[in-house]
Amino acid sequence: MSESITLRGIRKQFSGKTILHDVDLDIEAGSVTVILGPSGSGKSTLLRCINHLEKVDAGTVHVGPELIGYRQKGQHLVELPEAKIARQRQKIGMVFQQFNLFPHRTVLQNVMDAPLRILNESVSVVRERAIALLTRVGLEHRINAWPRELSGGQQQRVAIARALAMQPEVILFDEPTSALDPELVGDVLQVMKNLAQEGMTMVVVTHEIGFAREVADKIIFMDQGRIVETGNSSSLLDTPQHPRLREFLSSVL
Amino acid sequence: MNTRPSSERPALKIIEHRHYGRWFSALVVLLILGFFASSVASNPNFEWDVVLQNLTEDSILSGVMMTIKLTCISVVLGFAGGTVLAFMRLSANPVLSWVSWGYIWFFRAVPMLVQLFLWYNIATLYPKLSLTLPFYGEIWSVKTNQLISPFSAAVIALVMHQSAYAAEIIRAGIQSVNVGQLEAAKALGYRPGQIFRQTILPQAMRAILPPAGNEVIGQLKTTAVVSVIALQDVLYSAQIIYQRTYEVVPLLLVATAWYLLMTSVLSIGQYYVEAFYSRGNVPDKAKWFRPKSKNRELSS
Repeated sequence: MSESITLRGIRKQFSGKTILHDVDLDIEAGSVTVILGPSGSGKSTLLRCINHLEKVDAGTVHVGPELIGYRQKGQHLVELPEAKIARQRQKIGMVFQQFNLFPHRTVLQNVMDAPLRILNESVSVVRERAIALLTRVGLEHRINAWPRELSGGQQQRVAIARALAMQPEVILFDEPTSALDPELVGDVLQVMKNLAQEGMTMVVVTHEIGFAREVADKIIFMDQGRIVETGNSSSLLDTPQHPRLREFLSSVL
Repeated sequence: MNTRPSSERPALKIIEHRHYGRWFSALVVLLILGFFASSVASNPNFEWDVVLQNLTEDSILSGVMMTIKLTCISVVLGFAGGTVLAFMRLSANPVLSWVSWGYIWFFRAVPMLVQLFLWYNIATLYPKLSLTLPFYGEIWSVKTNQLISPFSAAVIALVMHQSAYAAEIIRAGIQSVNVGQLEAAKALGYRPGQIFRQTILPQAMRAILPPAGNEVIGQLKTTAVVSVIALQDVLYSAQIIYQRTYEVVPLLLVATAWYLLMTSVLSIGQYYVEAFYSRGNVPDKAKWFRPKSKNRELSS
């Protein structure tokens, strides 16, 4: 089941410097949203606010109907205990730039561990799902390898399978191909395209303009902590309005 | 003149670089060891017959057992306490962090020997220990001297000392784990306790084990200080015998032999525990711990 994501007035500061200026964003259930922007524009920070890896200084994040990280008490937002936030994060998958596979677990263990320990599902059910997912990302022949024995592209595909094994309602991608050799990017993007076709809610921070054009339902361009321009892929990429976006597109294309 | 090699593929045999220096240094080391061994064996002052005779003496063996017992208890409790202290020290709660810092500061500052005497003589500070409830009165009391035997004084001192040192080793290990691991575990929805046990600790162990091995072996030998409060460990048992027979050197050699043996067992154990926690990191050792599975690797 896919869910929508609603951000309202997200503000984030790091040591006095404002990284996000009251950002509003609506992401429809089952849609693919690509966030573009130069480095330092706050796009990764915005993504990390969605699953409360970053605490916001103001604003609210909803995934579906659920307020993430806080409970509302009158006019106050009271931060939830970590265990409650952990339960909310079960439904929000995340894929990192540096993969962050658990190096002390094999590929299969990486995918199976969270559903076993967190969702308390049975080994046979989880195993079957894990192998199906690893087959889907083309790594069924590597299930007993250690992460470090895999290429970057393979590691990232395992990381996607690991996130999917929790059967999340939305999935966040934080520059999933930025740490990969150019020839390995294609396999990872292909996995993501298939996922998009299945109707998963996806938020993708990336520099892959081609992927954005082909897959995104909505593209957001951020600069200096603000959403500067929003549009569907053709309007935003082909007829950019904001001078900063034009400058950005001419430098990356 | 054309010096270009011919385009034919030559059938040339490759001979690896010969390490003459290694052979030479091995020879020198063997010679020195040989001289040393022959001098030790032929010198009657070592009294090897006395060493052999006392090596498995009953009082020596019970001393060895005492040394092992003290080491095991203080290492197990010390590292358990050290884990809690390291966790407190890294906690976001400033009270816990400062309590842990204070504990470590104190128990690293006071020499082991001084601590041992202090715990042993705690009765002079607090002659009686009692449990008193307000508005009710005393419900339990005991003379401190009955509670503090040489053994319990030694255990308390060794555990306090060990936990302070273990805390810093474990903290170093925890801090060596990449922050991305913590974030990945959080993002999957692991609870804080699960993150610590399943993600942080197994990876921290790689950094913890080498200094922890040092610490355990150090602790084994630190237990020798308990002889000052007349607790019969292996060294004190040897001292008792040589005070009677004046065979000082042979009996110190007996104690040395036992320490060597115990340290060797610990060192071998450390090797295998390290190999286990290196799984996924060191290809050669990893094979032992790869899970057996029906789905074999098809290719690599």
